[in-house]
Amino acid sequence: MTGPAPHREYTDRVAAGTVPCQTCDGCLSAVFPPRVICPSCGGADLRWSESAGLGTVYSASVLSPRDADPYSVVLVDLDERFRMMSTVVDIPARDVRIGMRVRARVERDGPSGPRIVFTAEEGEGRHEPA
Amino acid sequence: MSPRDLRGATAIVGVAESDLGEVGPDRYAIELAAQAAGAALAEAGLTTRDVDGLFCAIAGRGMAPLDVAEYLGIRPRYTDGTMVGGSSFVSHLHHAALAITSGACDVALIVYGSTARSDSGRGRLATGPPELPSYEAAYRPRMPITGYALAAARHMHQFGTTRTQLAEVAVAARRWARLNPKAFARDPLTVEDVLAARMVSSPLTSLDCCLVTDGGGAVVVTSAARAADLPRPPVYLLGAGEAHWHRAISQMPDLTVTAATESSARAYAMAGVGPEDVDMVQLYDAFTINTILFLEDLGFCAKGEGGDFVSGGRIAPGGDLPVNTNGGGLSYCHPGMYGIFPLIEATRQIRGEAGMRQQPGVTIAVAHGNGGQLSSQVTAVLGGRDSL
Repeated sequence: MTGPAPHREYTDRVAAGTVPCQTCDGCLSAVFPPRVICPSCGGADLRWSESAGLGTVYSASVLSPRDADPYSVVLVDLDERFRMMSTVVDIPARDVRIGMRVRARVERDGPSGPRIVFTAEEGEGRHEPA
Repeated sequence: MSPRDLRGATAIVGVAESDLGEVGPDRYAIELAAQAAGAALAEAGLTTRDVDGLFCAIAGRGMAPLDVAEYLGIRPRYTDGTMVGGSSFVSHLHHAALAITSGACDVALIVYGSTARSDSGRGRLATGPPELPSYEAAYRPRMPITGYALAAARHMHQFGTTRTQLAEVAVAARRWARLNPKAFARDPLTVEDVLAARMVSSPLTSLDCCLVTDGGGAVVVTSAARAADLPRPPVYLLGAGEAHWHRAISQMPDLTVTAATESSARAYAMAGVGPEDVDMVQLYDAFTINTILFLEDLGFCAKGEGGDFVSGGRIAPGGDLPVNTNGGGLSYCHPGMYGIFPLIEATRQIRGEAGMRQQPGVTIAVAHGNGGQLSSQVTAVLGGRDSL
């Protein structure tokens, strides 16, 4: 196969600070996770693109390990029409809500290497002062 | 041959569980599979010598059919190792019917074993390299629980389903389990107990989650013609349907609608029946949300109404629709891939052999398997002689 190996290309692009996805030249679908063939039309002309990093929380769960702080696991629908698993940071996990607007950033010091996390957009999810 | 030609062409003629619960550190999954196989064949009046079609899946064993065939001394002429998680065995039943009706084999053995519970304490859990890169692992979901938790959260958000309604599912399962001497968890359970249990991955508490037990099971299938000469009343396969749309939960198109909508439609079409004709349902309840989703997707209530449907004891003993009369994966047995047990329980109920939990006049039962993370869905419609 020619062209960059999808997973390697993806991790390189995340490490460079972007939110990568692929776009199918045949049907214009956003494709994620990275592949060598489009799951919508079967086309092989996938080109790399970047999401603006804005999305909406589609679902959310809070995990509370016995020996660590609670954290959220979310599914985010990016505005470019693909979905990814991630976490919302910078607000308490219990405050993450389905429907919340979120913005991506790359967290570089994760235990498994760079990863894309999300923060709540202005006005979302913070407790209003009484 | 059209799918309708499968209707009633094959029958389940023997079923059995292995020892269940916790079998101890010296036992292996294949031993439970073999124990169940021997018992199911004995019930059918057959032996391993009669088996010429082998269908099996064992977690962590990529060549499970080879392991099992060697162990049992079977030399199959037809082998199917389809591995679609917990739904594998319902899929095997469908494939066995196709193989038998096409002449590829005469006697099919579907078999499973697991020592998931005994393995957990002794570092014997199978771990290997990931098959593909994961785009989820970096976020530390606790799988499979978090996958189902995300579906439950979305169902609650979209339809107003409540944690109390989820808890009703666990309570109904436990009430059935209290009627089943083989069930692992038989202590009384209340909605309050479920709500107060440790939150594992919100909104699911530990009591919204299935058991982790050991256990195996086996199902013997043959042609309707041959079944008529065997000792137990045949339980006919009337319809079967399969569907899967995703593997990873983050790739599931709509977390509130499973591929069971398609698998059940295919099974009902083949069987020529609809949910209104079904006397009972045995479905794969790895988590409480499963029961709600599958009752909707199998057509027993409208989308979004599953929470209301399970409330007030409607699926518990004495309710309108008996669901998971063995106690289910939540309270009876869950060795990791539960899908063979709905077939076993549906068979026993249709035969009228389910003891204290036997329901009157069971002619048609649905057995539904789920695999992966709400991924693979396989539905079977089973019936007794009066259903033909």
